Amino acid sequence: MTDVDPKDLHAFAEAADAWFKENVNRDPGFMLPLTFMEVGTDQQFDFLQTWQNKVYEAGYLGAAWPKEYGGGGLPQAFQTEATKAMRRHGGPIFLNAIGLNWTGPLLLDMGSEAQRAKYLKGILSAEDIWCQGFSEPDNGSDLGNAQTRAVRDGEHYVVTGSKIWTTLGKYARYMILLARTEADTSRKYDGLTFFLAPMKIDGVETRPIRKLTGEHGFTQTFFREARIPADEIVGVEGGGWKVAMRTLEYERGARGGQAGGYVSVGSNAWDVLDLARKMTRGSKPALEDPATRAKMIDFMIDIQSNALCGQRAAFSPLNTDRPTGLALSSKLMHTDFAQRMNAFAIGLTGPGGGYYVGDPNAVDGGWWTRSYLNSFSATIGGGTSQIQRNIIGEHVLGLPKS
Amino acid sequence: MQDLGRLGFSEDQGSLLEVATSFCAKRSPIARVRQLIEDETGHDAEVWREIVELGWLGIAIPEAYGGAGLALAEVVPVMEQMGRYLLAGPFYSTTLAAQALVAGGTEDQKRTLLPRLAEGAIATLALCEASGDWDLTNIACTATATAGGNLKLAGTKQLVSDAAVASTIIASVLHAGRPALVMIDRASLAPDALRREVIVDETKRACELCLDGVEIPAANLLDPSRAEAALAHIHLVANLLAAAEMCGGTQSVIDYTLDYLKTRVQFGKLIGSYQALKHPIVDAYVSYEQTRSHVYSAAHCFCEQGIGEIATRMAKAQADTTLSFAADRAIQFHGGFGFTYDCDAQLYRRRAIWHASQYGDAAWHKEKLADLLL
Ligand SMILES: Cc1cc2nc3c(=O)[nH]c(=O)nc-3n(C[C@H](O)[C@H](O)[C@H](O)COP(=O)(O)OP(=O)(O)OC[C@H]3O[C@@H](n4cnc5c(N)ncnc54)[C@H](O)[C@@H]3O)c2cc1C
Repeated sequence: MTDVDPKDLHAFAEAADAWFKENVNRDPGFMLPLTFMEVGTDQQFDFLQTWQNKVYEAGYLGAAWPKEYGGGGLPQAFQTEATKAMRRHGGPIFLNAIGLNWTGPLLLDMGSEAQRAKYLKGILSAEDIWCQGFSEPDNGSDLGNAQTRAVRDGEHYVVTGSKIWTTLGKYARYMILLARTEADTSRKYDGLTFFLAPMKIDGVETRPIRKLTGEHGFTQTFFREARIPADEIVGVEGGGWKVAMRTLEYERGARGGQAGGYVSVGSNAWDVLDLARKMTRGSKPALEDPATRAKMIDFMIDIQSNALCGQRAAFSPLNTDRPTGLALSSKLMHTDFAQRMNAFAIGLTGPGGGYYVGDPNAVDGGWWTRSYLNSFSATIGGGTSQIQRNIIGEHVLGLPKS
Repeated sequence: MQDLGRLGFSEDQGSLLEVATSFCAKRSPIARVRQLIEDETGHDAEVWREIVELGWLGIAIPEAYGGAGLALAEVVPVMEQMGRYLLAGPFYSTTLAAQALVAGGTEDQKRTLLPRLAEGAIATLALCEASGDWDLTNIACTATATAGGNLKLAGTKQLVSDAAVASTIIASVLHAGRPALVMIDRASLAPDALRREVIVDETKRACELCLDGVEIPAANLLDPSRAEAALAHIHLVANLLAAAEMCGGTQSVIDYTLDYLKTRVQFGKLIGSYQALKHPIVDAYVSYEQTRSHVYSAAHCFCEQGIGEIATRMAKAQADTTLSFAADRAIQFHGGFGFTYDCDAQLYRRRAIWHASQYGDAAWHKEKLADLLL
């Protein structure tokens, strides 16, 4: 499967390029989410679900997943080309991130044959939207302390409790759920079990939560004696912590096997540069201000750092001393940087920084403030930046636990 | 979106990295580094001989002139590992001098001198002056033709690395009102022409060089038509290799600090468990990984017109920022011991100050980048 005929690859890349050129609709007439965590209206949801399905049907998503589960059965290089093409033409994000990037590769890695057959195709086609039930109101960073209970009753587990910050909770058909099957284990981690839980059943209710931007995004999800079939466990009862940790590796990009495409888009240093050219400081372009110039160069160096660290993974002799270092640092590098850059961009807009999305005078439609506020989704979600530093300190540098 | 360079890694780089890592670890343990600080020449002649035998002086010298004909990209892993183990010696100076000849020497000069440099003759550059300018074309020293057909030099050069052990010194001067480079035979200098300077990085050596009264044959003038191109080349090579040396140093100062964080106990806990120490050392580490990516990207793209300069300036700026931060925190995180001469943290902090001061610090390179990119 690793042999790639360059001719085939080239033809595939050209076809993909043509397809995305033809099919990307950059302006559907309403604001599109920047990330899968921002799908707030049914209109956005419908549009993005249709888009993902269309890309999948055209063969440009899941191209490297096995054929028997609905994938394209091609080497990874093909999916990489397809992803490049969609980026080139500014294609919107794929909303089913939790399925495509986390659950899918997890099932290929640790799922049962029956689970793969049942779920993978629906993930790719966007027919089955997935959400993640890890965080709870009282247990977030301390995920191992999750208290949502799952009690065995015949062929089912009966689940009671509450998950929170459930991205796509309103739309999801399935949830990867971490619940406590045993309360009195000596290590808190040992009582946890990892479920593939149906959402559209009795006893599961979602309640929307408004985000700091004012839009609806995630939900709180309540379980009141919801019955989950007993064969919907990944791994074994009591072995959920290991599966959850593996899931987080896929989520944070520390492990490969994702379906392809991208689940967020954002501004880069060159967009900020355009902004600095068009805004003024002391009757001159802001870009002539020395402090602005210095900052712009900082961002370009940072953006290049991130790109190069991504490329370095391919050169193993440069990664011998701390082999997991780059992968585990990647989330921190990218998310903190984006936040700093967006905050700086708001400053560039001068008094215009006082506007917000919706006002006709807002610079770039309010993009910068919206991007900045939304950037916290990435520095908090998926494990906060502080937790990332703990992980790097403890798992890469070998420091004692805090 | 502008191309800022990319990463590549050659097989030659790989094998040099491997050999350099074990060689430098073996030949430059910290006790030896400390001993050499007290030594007048500042380096171990025996180790220098071994380095010559390994062929490292000839890596980037063309085959036609007795070198291996590889690129500066292949010098980078060697320099990085020297930096990591604080290995002292005139490798940097000699490599830069060779590059000055490659870029600006006449055919005759290259034919005579480059093979000797590949075989271990020590050489260095004399570029800095009291003006303190990082612009290498801002020169006050002069070379004027004498009636006898020689060149008479005047002025004072500062911070001439390894001058006391060099056989050849290549100095920048104004000649006929334009920047030029001249070769000086160190043996021909009066004994008091060189004064050992007190410099911040005690693992290194530098001299002040008084050129007043020095006379050299006209044939020692490098190709005047290529002088400015040669100075531009030297500037970038110096920064590329300095970035590599700093990058290696960053790795060890982080490792050194981690050792302390994992052994020192206060309030009944290893201090490494406190996030006020853990998180900054993680930031230093992440920044180190970014620096290393920049350094190897600059190495890979060095010869590409335009991109080589961008990548090199980014690498130096990033290396300066990162080593300065990592070494600064290293001092702080060792507490009272960090304030002592015995704590190795100071060696790295001094190294960072030295390299920032030579050929441009982070802020200066960012200004240059702004001119190139904005
Ligand atoms: C946009 C968004 C989408 C999300 N989507 C999902 C989802 O789909 N499914 C899901 O399960 N969860 C989701 N989350 C939840 C996310 O994973 C948690 O918010 C996160 O793990 C932090 O947990 P918490 O909110 O309980 O904060 P807390 O854990 O209470 O943290 C509060 C503060 O304390 C700090 N802190 C906590 N512990 C430590 C420590 N040991 N050392 C240092 N600092 C510490 C944190 O960094 C933070 O700044 C989402 C969050 C966001 C913002």
